[in-house]
Amino acid sequence: MNAALPVRDIDLAGIRLTPDPSGALWWAEMRMLIAADLHLEKGSAYAARGQMLPPYDTHATLTRLEGACARLRPREVVLLGDTFHDRKAEERLADDARARLQRLIMAVETWTWILGNHDPAPPQGLGGQVAEEIYVGPLVLRHEPKARPSAGEIAGHLHPAARVSVRGRSIRRRCFVTDGERLVMPAFGAYAGGLDVFDPALRDLFAPQFHAFMIGKAAVHAVTSRRLAGG
Amino acid sequence: MTDTPVLNAPDGATLPPRFAAWFAGRGWAVRPHQLAMLDAAAAGEHVLLTAPTGGGKTLAGFLPSLISLSARGEKPPAPAEPETAGPGHNAPRIEAWKPHRKRSVHTLYISPLKALAVDIARNLEAPVSEMKLDIRMETRTGDTSAHKRQRQKIDPPDILLTTPEQLALLLASREAAAMFRDLDTIVLDELHALVANKRGDLLALDLARLARLAPQSRRVGLSATVADPDHLRRYLVPQTTEEPRLARLVTGKAGAPPRISVLASEAHIPWSGHSGRHAVPEVMERIAAARMAIVFVNTRSQAELLFQDLWRVNDANLPIALHHGSLDVGQRRKVEAAMAAGKLRAVVATSTLDLGIDWGDVDLVIQMGAPKGVSRMQQRIGRANHRLDESSEALLVPSNRFEVLECLAAREAVAKGKQDGETRRQGGLDVLAQHILGMACADPFDADELYDEITSAEPYRELTRATFDQALNFVATGGYALKTYERFAKLRQTPEGRWRVANPMVAQRYRLNAGTIVEAQMLNVRFVRSLKGGKALSGGRVIGKMEEWFFEQMTPGDTFVFAGQILRFETIVETDALVTRGTTDEPMVPSWQGGKFPLTTYLAERVREMIADPEAIENLPDQVAQWLALQAWRSVLPEADEMLIETFPRNGKFYMTCYPFDGRLAHQTLGMLLTRRLERMGMRPLGFVAGEYAISVWGLRDMARLDIDQLFAPDLLGDDLEEWLNESIMLKRQFRNCAIIGGLIETRFPGKEKTGRQVTFSSDLIYDVLREHEPEHILLRAAREDALTGLLDLKRLSDLLHRVRGKLVVKHLERVSPLAVPVLLEIGKEPIQGAAEDELLGEAAESLVDEAMRLV
Repeated sequence: MNAALPVRDIDLAGIRLTPDPSGALWWAEMRMLIAADLHLEKGSAYAARGQMLPPYDTHATLTRLEGACARLRPREVVLLGDTFHDRKAEERLADDARARLQRLIMAVETWTWILGNHDPAPPQGLGGQVAEEIYVGPLVLRHEPKARPSAGEIAGHLHPAARVSVRGRSIRRRCFVTDGERLVMPAFGAYAGGLDVFDPALRDLFAPQFHAFMIGKAAVHAVTSRRLAGG
Repeated sequence: MTDTPVLNAPDGATLPPRFAAWFAGRGWAVRPHQLAMLDAAAAGEHVLLTAPTGGGKTLAGFLPSLISLSARGEKPPAPAEPETAGPGHNAPRIEAWKPHRKRSVHTLYISPLKALAVDIARNLEAPVSEMKLDIRMETRTGDTSAHKRQRQKIDPPDILLTTPEQLALLLASREAAAMFRDLDTIVLDELHALVANKRGDLLALDLARLARLAPQSRRVGLSATVADPDHLRRYLVPQTTEEPRLARLVTGKAGAPPRISVLASEAHIPWSGHSGRHAVPEVMERIAAARMAIVFVNTRSQAELLFQDLWRVNDANLPIALHHGSLDVGQRRKVEAAMAAGKLRAVVATSTLDLGIDWGDVDLVIQMGAPKGVSRMQQRIGRANHRLDESSEALLVPSNRFEVLECLAAREAVAKGKQDGETRRQGGLDVLAQHILGMACADPFDADELYDEITSAEPYRELTRATFDQALNFVATGGYALKTYERFAKLRQTPEGRWRVANPMVAQRYRLNAGTIVEAQMLNVRFVRSLKGGKALSGGRVIGKMEEWFFEQMTPGDTFVFAGQILRFETIVETDALVTRGTTDEPMVPSWQGGKFPLTTYLAERVREMIADPEAIENLPDQVAQWLALQAWRSVLPEADEMLIETFPRNGKFYMTCYPFDGRLAHQTLGMLLTRRLERMGMRPLGFVAGEYAISVWGLRDMARLDIDQLFAPDLLGDDLEEWLNESIMLKRQFRNCAIIGGLIETRFPGKEKTGRQVTFSSDLIYDVLREHEPEHILLRAAREDALTGLLDLKRLSDLLHRVRGKLVVKHLERVSPLAVPVLLEIGKEPIQGAAEDELLGEAAESLVDEAMRLV
């Protein structure tokens, strides 16, 4: 056992951010909760094409978001795009799911929808503000990471996941990825898949040494890139 | 052949003159079981033929069909016309076939292997052409061209040879009804191999459909000798809710007993391990002395390693080849052709060579490592001397000390004609769902009728209507408690209440995704020359396929052995694992499992008996006898019905080792449950390792103070099991298979028929959501049932716990006992299990805290 405390926070451009086991990012100083890639109604999108995935993903995702909001009590919520799986997703949203979303929006001072490639148009009549990207202090929040340089960027889009091999067991988890300069968020949606951090699409965004903050059941675990499988 | 010709079976069936002449011309005697098959045909009864390899099984299965087809168009013989010799005047005879249309399938032959179907078609050509029979035979496999498939539907052959998957696809088409209306006979080859898994479930459902399309058709099962033929006999007959009905049984004459020897190696027999490497020089000697040998191993990695080892000592440069299921198909075909042509002296093979294809003039079968089961061993031994009247020659090479016992037990079992028992399968619910969709693709169905049809299939005899309806709803709309998917339904009801597919796309997608063999996600192993600037050059040769998870555990630069060479893992690009030539002699990643069989119950029992019998121990090879004697002195050798449990301290930790001899799968499950319970008892267990014979758990507290009877009480299988099962990776893996078979996840899409990792939806995500929101979902049920019978061997674990109740022998020792050494040596080779994933993650993170602190 190492006596030092495990790493819990990320320093990004001088801002202290806390990766939450829910998959959201907590900016305590601003009381801002950031989540990416909810992909609401992904299940029904597949069902419409004949693959009857269980229809519970939207509820599962909202439940997790409600949990994080209840625990952290944010003043501001920013969703980094691909909140809805496709343009018609909002139409398929069940009434109760819509009501839950509405209650979350009403409970905070500011709710921001950043537009993503899956949901390029803002949702209708749910309230909140819409943006392509927002700048807050030294940080910029957008859906898709931009090519370098990119100091202080928080983005989603890529759904990072990392794999680590411990004592013969291989464990794969969604993760936050950061090299201290930029941060890519894990997908928050129940049905959002993962892309390995060593896939060139992700790998090329970061300095040679980076950290994957892997999401465990009750905690987030910081693992350096050299320790990861494939690194 | 020495038998005197017998043209009449005792009960009177006879060979028509043309056939009798053909047999005589070849100098062959008709065997009694072949005539008995004619008799069953004349009586119109379903029949099971069990006979050892080389017993003329295939011909016996086809004879009635050939006779019936040859009589087509002939005038019925006048009643007074004299028959062939013997008292056969009033013998039952096979009637000429009178189909409704000009061309129709008369006999449908189904084999577990595509290659076997092709092989059989070739073998049948001899009698057909030599007797000048006007019979058309064709195969239908995945390789058959689209054009030929279409033509076969319109103008079918007399005899169609195919596989269960292809039959399912045929039956899901509109043309099936016309094609099979006049079907006379269904021949099911290697039935023992077919019924043991989900392919058998699918086949049973297809047989039920054939019985509806062609009520007159008759089923003929061909099987190796089995312990419980009634199981197969039930499978062959449409069942009702009453007492199970049985097919007629015909038993072939047993062949000459095989000559089996167990290698009493001069070399030191290892304590543990499964490779048998210590005996390589001796194996090489035996190969050199034989005409052609097959060397069977139990896993693909063993095949690879042994192949390397043999070539290291192959001073005479004998042609020795390698054959296993992960190798490129072209490569495998080359090896098979070389074998058939007698150009090889030995082939190192896994179970891919188990089934009845004729591989040529093999005169020696060597089994490396214990055979794990008597029946499998007999099949393998049958590969040598494919003729009944000559003994086959086999050599068993135990790879460790325990296996010496197991090999001896297996040899004795063969001598006594024992077989492993099989357990009856409950039909898989995922297969059921797939079949329901297939039937809707064929024609709109009435749910009541389909339910009756399905429950006539033996594996689904006990299917309740509620479960059937659940499966039907699942196929139609997903069947979820939330009714949100009605508008996306795949099946809809006609005004008359029949179920039909909602649109043609549904049928198209069914055809792309049907089948019950779900392979683990496989990656092509692509050999590249070099990597330029860290990026692999594309191109390069694909040398085979391996499971994705194998590569996921590796880091670039790791070396492993595959396709007979040492390779260096570079990277994964889409569905390719890129590899270069390795530069070391010893691969770093020694093994990837691929087909490991657990020890059968029968052999396990025999090994327990041997250990308890001082006389048997005396007859063992010295090394083994001494080892057991030492065990008796230092600890104890338990009686056959007892289970020994030893506790001892070692290197600051406390161990508990027990010896159930029930195979790795059951032991792994037991280990998981024991660690959970020990945790609750405050014993702070750290991990466990499970071997074939024993299991060892270690922790931070002395386990000598435990109430052992309490620890092993059968209620171990209660809540702990349920809780662990839900977390289990094995269950998730199983769920993925069920989701694919059941059609929840499609892996192939129209226009994108290449299987790719990108198009598959992560089944783990669905699993998590379903478990929480709909724990009784039909596919979760399917996965759980699979896990309990298959991967976890729960039935066996439950039997174990009941068997040893009140029969635990506990020894508290000062140090490790001789019997415990083999399982302890597995620590480090096997993944340590029992620790929760989050703790392991914590470990990976904590070791790097200092570096990580930089970021804060």
